[in-house]
Amino acid sequence: MARAGRIVADTLALVGEHLRPGVTTGELDRIADEYIASQGGTSSFLGYLGYPASICTSPNDVVVHGIPGDRAVDEGDILSVDVGVVLDGFVADSAFTFPVGEISGEAERLLDACRAALAAGIEQCLAGNRLSDVSHAVQTVTEEAGFSVVRSLVGHGVGRAMHEDPQIPNYGPPGRGPELSSGMTLAIEPMINAGGPDIYLHDDEWSISTIDGSLSAHFEHTVAITEDGPRILTTAQSPARAGLLP
Amino acid sequence: MAQKEEKIEVEGEVVEALPSTMFRVELEGGQEVLATISGKMRKHYIRILPGDKVQVELSAYDLTRGRITYRHR
Repeated sequence: MARAGRIVADTLALVGEHLRPGVTTGELDRIADEYIASQGGTSSFLGYLGYPASICTSPNDVVVHGIPGDRAVDEGDILSVDVGVVLDGFVADSAFTFPVGEISGEAERLLDACRAALAAGIEQCLAGNRLSDVSHAVQTVTEEAGFSVVRSLVGHGVGRAMHEDPQIPNYGPPGRGPELSSGMTLAIEPMINAGGPDIYLHDDEWSISTIDGSLSAHFEHTVAITEDGPRILTTAQSPARAGLLP
Repeated sequence: MAQKEEKIEVEGEVVEALPSTMFRVELEGGQEVLATISGKMRKHYIRILPGDKVQVELSAYDLTRGRITYRHR
């Protein structure tokens, strides 16, 4: 899974390098797809429940599952990119919200908060903790920054399949849910909105946007729980690329 | 890729229509929930009014919020 995670992280970094005003989400999808294949992996998204592309590209008020297409990104946009890779029967899943050029102060605070919420959630991935300790940490960091947590989308176990038990909500009181133990592999993915938490599904049956039109950020890592604490599996290869990722 | 959370299906009656196509619904058990309208119903322009009997999907993690998925005749 660590090798799959490495490809995921490098793909995200590559997409980030190609991200500039004017590039279309479809081009980013092609770049990602080619890179994943060149590393011997396949996208875990393509064909999953009928999903038509290799990555998700979710601009601005789109929370997740934006389908790549002809939409060009503009200066000032934020774009959440979600990548999943299958390698030798194991899946890794990670996401990053990129700024396109100069973004507003509010957007920057949103991205910082979501990154911090993910870090806080990962810190709770310790053997002996309960699952909702992670959820609670994500919610606390998010709401202390003045943003809201999307309720109806959750993180998930990941391993031989992309979506495994348990479901990992990004909110809730601590001390509930299954006990975490060494060997578990979880995809922690806070999705937070600048405005309210409510979302809706588009006609394409995939992309999901905020009801109030506010910006939404999404960061995700695949994390293994080990005896020495949490180990992020979706880390990039080269130091330069690693600098792009949380 | 994020997963949609597990849902619990319940029945209720719409009490109040709120802004942004949100509704207050009273469930059979007596609880009141805040509900949005499902994408499919939006797509087919199905109108919901106070007094309508509806089917609601509740969040497994937050039993005060739901989504109206069907309006009964």
